[in-house]
Amino acid sequence: MGKEKKGGVNAVKNCFSQIGHSSLCTKFSMVFMGIGQIMRKQFVKGFFYLFIEIAFILYMVFFGGQYLAKLFEGHLGTVTSTEVWNEETMVYDKIVGDNSFLILLYSVVTLVIIIAFIAVWVLNVKGNLANDRRIAEGKSVNTFKQDFSALLNENFHGVLLFLPLLGLLVFTVMPLIFMILIAFTNYDYQHLPPGRLFDWVGFENFIMLFKTGNSGAMLFGTVFLRVFVWTIIWAIFATFTNYFLGMVIALMINKKGIRFKALWRTLFVVVIAVPQFVTLLLMQKILDGDGILNVVLGTNIRWLADTRWNSLIPRIVIIVVNIWIGVPYTILMCSGILMNIPSDFNEAARIDGANVVQIFFKITLPYMLHVTGPHLITQFVGNINNFNVIWLLTGGGPIDINNYAHQAQSTDLLVTWLYRLTTDTNPQYNFASVIGIIIFIISASLSLLTYSKSSSAKNEEDYQ
Amino acid sequence: MKAEAMINKDRVAAPKKKSVSMKVLNTASNALIYVILATLGVIWILPIVFLLYTSLRVTPNTGIINQLFPENLQLGFGNYVRLFSDTMFPRWLANTVIVAACSCLLSTMFVLMISYALSRLRFKMRKPLMNVLLVLGMFPGFMSMIAVYFILKAMGLLNSLFALVLVYSGGAALSYYICKGFFDTIPKSLEEAAILDGANRLQILLAVTVPLSKPIIIYTILTSFINPWCDFIFVNTIINDREKYTVALGLYKMINAEKFSFNENFTVFCAGATVVGAIIVALFMSMQKYYVEGVTSGAVKG
Repeated sequence: MGKEKKGGVNAVKNCFSQIGHSSLCTKFSMVFMGIGQIMRKQFVKGFFYLFIEIAFILYMVFFGGQYLAKLFEGHLGTVTSTEVWNEETMVYDKIVGDNSFLILLYSVVTLVIIIAFIAVWVLNVKGNLANDRRIAEGKSVNTFKQDFSALLNENFHGVLLFLPLLGLLVFTVMPLIFMILIAFTNYDYQHLPPGRLFDWVGFENFIMLFKTGNSGAMLFGTVFLRVFVWTIIWAIFATFTNYFLGMVIALMINKKGIRFKALWRTLFVVVIAVPQFVTLLLMQKILDGDGILNVVLGTNIRWLADTRWNSLIPRIVIIVVNIWIGVPYTILMCSGILMNIPSDFNEAARIDGANVVQIFFKITLPYMLHVTGPHLITQFVGNINNFNVIWLLTGGGPIDINNYAHQAQSTDLLVTWLYRLTTDTNPQYNFASVIGIIIFIISASLSLLTYSKSSSAKNEEDYQ
Repeated sequence: MKAEAMINKDRVAAPKKKSVSMKVLNTASNALIYVILATLGVIWILPIVFLLYTSLRVTPNTGIINQLFPENLQLGFGNYVRLFSDTMFPRWLANTVIVAACSCLLSTMFVLMISYALSRLRFKMRKPLMNVLLVLGMFPGFMSMIAVYFILKAMGLLNSLFALVLVYSGGAALSYYICKGFFDTIPKSLEEAAILDGANRLQILLAVTVPLSKPIIIYTILTSFINPWCDFIFVNTIINDREKYTVALGLYKMINAEKFSFNENFTVFCAGATVVGAIIVALFMSMQKYYVEGVTSGAVKG
């Protein structure tokens, strides 16, 4: 790290000295992008740069600048929209005030655009410096044709990366920055712009996470803790029930001497082929209070809505349904791996007189755990974020007002709670955003653990 | 098939010396396994059978499912007829096909482009970029949904299928991982030979890499084609015009939002679910070989 930093400092110094000694063309270009290129007859490139600069200036003057200015005033808007009685015309005049939401959103957009512009500017100056060098060496500057062919060779990565990264920037990065910033505001149903503005509150929302207790209404921290604990319990059960049941079934199917292997496998795999939302909605209706399961069993249990014993029944039912959904995937995966266990392991063990149980615990299981270890962690993270199963089965419910507040319900995971907080009629975007950040921290730390251990990350050139 | 043959060979070769009691034990345990597998198999397949059965149930007046086998049971394709004539299902189906086709084209392109760049080309920001993409993928998708909604609104794209295509393929670059893993395994010497022949990078990508990557390309196409069929969350946020629903949202709303007509709709919902299920199953069956190859080649490397 230290070395890199030093290199960076040197590069900057180097850069400044280069600029100091650069030609007039380059110096012009630093103010009016592209002029240098045009002076050296690189017209397409030059006019392209010039166009970008003009577009950028127009954008800043007519759109982005005003929002950014308001952002830098320190508050997300100061003037609330109001209606003022106008004596002369005898009507209420609408005075359009600030909109915190738009100020924040467009400020983020503008900041990203500014960064992109700076990148283009650096590219422009670098291009000019390269031209200087070529002229000093007595060569001519690149023609358009040469530039174009460079794009298909040494600069091909730029061509390839541009569109995918642009998509990512607009639909993932900018929204994410925006939502992360929301975590530091008080943007909720009491502060919905334009009627009411919201503002920065620093780390207050995060501090709320640690405020537990029950003073009148249940505090956010208490509710968070309950949902968090259930999320972890759910993830543990969902992951391990699927894993071990799937492995046992796969072992049974793959045991030698068992016939119709394809038939057994197909029976389970059919569930995978039907889209998850279909199977889950179907299950929801089967398990409904008036559903077919109660009809067949002659019972009257509200499988997904019973609030007794801290909503124990729905919680168990969800885990069971998840077994039904998830086990086929494990079977598929384990079958593949079981076929790959080197057969001499088993044979050696058998010759040594090991029985089936011993072989399973001493050879098969350790081998499976070794191979699928990273997969288990990925599954665990996936289950923490398993929106579909919860949302389609119970919708997070049943509602239990004695034990929950802040719109959380008894089978809510952090993700479903987040979703409800943002889509409810009384949204609490600030808390939703805090929850999102927490989910990110959990899944990021777990995923990094897997990623650093998986060999495909380290040895990417092994097979070339 | 190969594995089974091997197992059979094993059975012939090994046990001759085994005692009779061992043989009995083995038969008994096999019998037990058959019973367990059959029971579990039935449990697993039963809900699907129930889905098919309900979709075929013609219940003239209400459609309330309060008996599994009512006395005046009638089976037929009435629900399917209703699905295609009384509901907007055909429209939703068309929407989904359009969105799925466009977004799978775009996202496959994006994934291929970014995977190739990260796997085959060496440039300064490569490693940092890979790390950034990794981290970005760990944020829950719903978190940014509201902001995406407003960005689309600012672009004037709300309530349009085009917005859906953009949203689905905009994040595609994040799932480069499997495809890059595949590209990593293609020998470099092939490309070097092409470079010596004077090919540029684009030609190499199109003429060397793509033909060698058929399994992973089909895998990518398949996964990105299926995504719009299953997602109802983003559709629900971006689109509120019934005309522009996709099948997933349409079916979801059919039995969830319109609570009062749930019972009436349930048999029709089952018919719709069967149609969607059949389409996906057909896709999987035809592409199964590539799908498995794709999963195993890119992901599992010990």
